[in-house]
Amino acid sequence: MGILKFLAKRLVFSVFVLLGLSILIFLISRVLPGDPVRMALGPRAPEWAVQQLREQMHLDKPLPVQYYYWLSGALRGDLGQSLFTRRAVIDDIKEFLPATMELALFAGVIMAVFGILFGAIAGRYSNTWIDNVVRIFSYIGVVTPSFVFAILFLLLFGYLLGWFPTAGRLSPWIQRPPVITGMVTVDSLITGNWAALGDALWHMVLPAVALALGGMAQEARITRATISDNLKKDYIASAKGFGVPERLVMLKYLLKPSLIPTVSILGLDFASLLGNAFLVELIFNWPGFSRYGINAMLRKDLNAIAAVVMVLGVVFVTVNILVDLVVAWLDPRIRLGAERGK
Amino acid sequence: MGDVLLDIRDLYVEFKVYEGKLKVLNGVFLSVREGQRVGLVGEAGCGKTTTMKCVLRILPSPPGRITEGEILFRGEDILQMPPRKVQLIRGRRISMIFQDPTAALNPVFTIGDQLMTVIRYGSRNSLPKKEIRQRAIKALQEVQLPDPERILASYPIQLSGGMRQRVCIAMALSTEPELLIADEPTTNLDVTIQDQVLRLLNALVERRNTSVIFITHSLGVVREMADWVYVMYAGNIIEGGPKEELFREPLHPYTRGLMRAVPKLTGGGIAEGVPGRIPDYLDPPSGCRFHPRCEHAMPRCSQEKPPFLPVTGEHRVACFLYQG
Repeated sequence: MGILKFLAKRLVFSVFVLLGLSILIFLISRVLPGDPVRMALGPRAPEWAVQQLREQMHLDKPLPVQYYYWLSGALRGDLGQSLFTRRAVIDDIKEFLPATMELALFAGVIMAVFGILFGAIAGRYSNTWIDNVVRIFSYIGVVTPSFVFAILFLLLFGYLLGWFPTAGRLSPWIQRPPVITGMVTVDSLITGNWAALGDALWHMVLPAVALALGGMAQEARITRATISDNLKKDYIASAKGFGVPERLVMLKYLLKPSLIPTVSILGLDFASLLGNAFLVELIFNWPGFSRYGINAMLRKDLNAIAAVVMVLGVVFVTVNILVDLVVAWLDPRIRLGAERGK
Repeated sequence: MGDVLLDIRDLYVEFKVYEGKLKVLNGVFLSVREGQRVGLVGEAGCGKTTTMKCVLRILPSPPGRITEGEILFRGEDILQMPPRKVQLIRGRRISMIFQDPTAALNPVFTIGDQLMTVIRYGSRNSLPKKEIRQRAIKALQEVQLPDPERILASYPIQLSGGMRQRVCIAMALSTEPELLIADEPTTNLDVTIQDQVLRLLNALVERRNTSVIFITHSLGVVREMADWVYVMYAGNIIEGGPKEELFREPLHPYTRGLMRAVPKLTGGGIAEGVPGRIPDYLDPPSGCRFHPRCEHAMPRCSQEKPPFLPVTGEHRVACFLYQG
C-alpha cells in the first residue's frame, strides 16, 4: 500500500519533470544559431523548396504554436521526421536505442557487481595491502574518462594481443538473430542461437568494461567507506558478541545497511553511462543511440535532438524511481517515513 | 560465594592511531565469582567498555590490540582459544548489553530477525523455527514489553529508547548466559525510565542467579545493583572489594574523590569532585597514572606503577600509601 502510493506520487512528479525538460530542449534547440532547413537541404537548394519544408515543419509559426504541434504529436507517439535520415525519428530510435541500452545494461551490471565486490573487500580488510590496491585503482578509475580506457583496450586487447574484436556487435560470419528486442544478446538467447550469443558477448566485453570502469571505481570507493565505517558500529560488535557466525554478520548484518549509499549513487552513474557511451560507441564502431544523438546535434536536426533528449530523460527518470524503490526496500527508515506520508 | 567465573589478569590494550599508539589498558585485574554482581565504576574514557569488549573478543582490531594479559573463563584463557571455541562462549555463556541501544540494534532488520538470530545461535542444540519464535516472544514478555508479536515485526526506529533497551536486555538474557555484562545500560535513556529499566534488569538477574558485571559511572547505581565494586582509572583497576567495605572506607585517593563528588540532598553547596581530567593515552603519566592529580603524590609515585594488592581481607588497592 505504502509503496504503491509512493510510486504513484513519483510517477506524477516525473510527468512534470519530463514536461519541463521538453520545453527546455525545445527552446534551446531553436534558439541556437543556424537554419536547420537550409542545413538539411544544402546551400544550393532553391528558396521555394526551403520555404516549403519550413512550412511543412511549422517552423514559420511562433514558438508556442510550434511547441503545441510537437507536443500533440509526441503524445500520440509521433516525434516528427528527421531532417537527415528522412525517416520518422521514432524509427531511428527503435533502431539505435537497443544497441546502446544493451551496452549500458551490461556496463551497469559490471559496474554494480564488481564495484560493490571490490569495495566490500577493501572495506572489510581496510588499511591492508588489498585495500591499498583497490584504492589506487579506484582513484585511477574515477579520474580517467571512459574513452581513454576504450582506446587503451582497443590497442592492447584488440590489436596487440588480438583477444577481442575491435568493432561492431557481431562477427560477419555469424548468422544474425531476428530482431525482436533489438538487443543482440537477448534476441539470440530467445531464439536459442548460442553462437550469436557468445559472439555478441565477446564483442561487448571491451566497450562495456571501458564504459563501466569509471562508475565501478566510484561504487567501490563509496562501498569501501561505508563498510569500513559500519564495521566499527556497535550493532556489528553486538551481533558478533552474541555468537552469530562471522560470515553471517558480514554478508547479512553488515552488507545490507552498507549498500544504501552505493545504490543511491548507482542510479546517477547508470544515467551518466549513456552520456559517456558516445565516444566509446565511436571508438568501437557501435551503431548506438549516443552516436545518433551527437550527430543530430551537430546537424541541428531539431526533431531528432528533442527525441534523443526526451528518451534520455525517460531513462533517467525511470532509473531514479527504480533506485528509490530499491533504497526504500533496503532501508526501513525511508520506507516507514514514506508510509507516514513524509 | 561460588567459584571464580571470570578472571582478568594484567590486561594491556593499545590502539593504533595516526599519531602513534594509545596505551589504553595498563594492566587490568578483575574477577567475578559465580552469582556475584560486580560494579565497575570509572569516568568516561577510562577503559571500562574496552575491557569488556576484550572478554568477548569483539574489540575492533585494527585499531585495537591486546598486547599482554589473560582472560580466564572457568580457568581457560579466552585470548588463547581458537575462534570456533570463542564462538561457543559468546551469547551462550557470556552476553553483553551495550550502552546505546539505538547503536546496538541493526537499523535495517526487524527486532524479530535480530532476536531470533541471537536465540538460534545462542542455544546449545538446534531448535525448530517455531520454538525459536516462541522463545523470542517469551523473552520480550519477560522484559515487560506489551504486544510482543507486533514488536517482533517492528524495526528499531519504531520503538522508543526505553523499549529498545528492553529489547537488548531480552536478547542478552534470552540465551540464559552464565555471565551478563551490562555496559551502562541506562545512560542513554530518559531519566524517568532509567530507574524502571534498572529494577527490571535487577529482578531478572536475581531470579536467574546470573553473574553480572555492571558498568557505570554512577556510584548510586553501584550501591543499588552490586555486591562487589571495582574502581577504574585511566586503564587501571585502582581499587576493588566488597561493596559495604568500599563505601564505608574508600582507600585510594581517587575513590575518595569520587565519593566526595556525589552531590548530597542535604548540606547544600556544590560537590567537590576530583580536580584535573583523565590523562592523554598517547603519552600517559609514568608510574601511577593518577599521580599528577593526586594530593598525596610522593616521588615514588611517578617512578613505579603501584601493584594491586590486598590491604584488609579482600579489599585491594593499587596505591603506595598503603604499601610500606
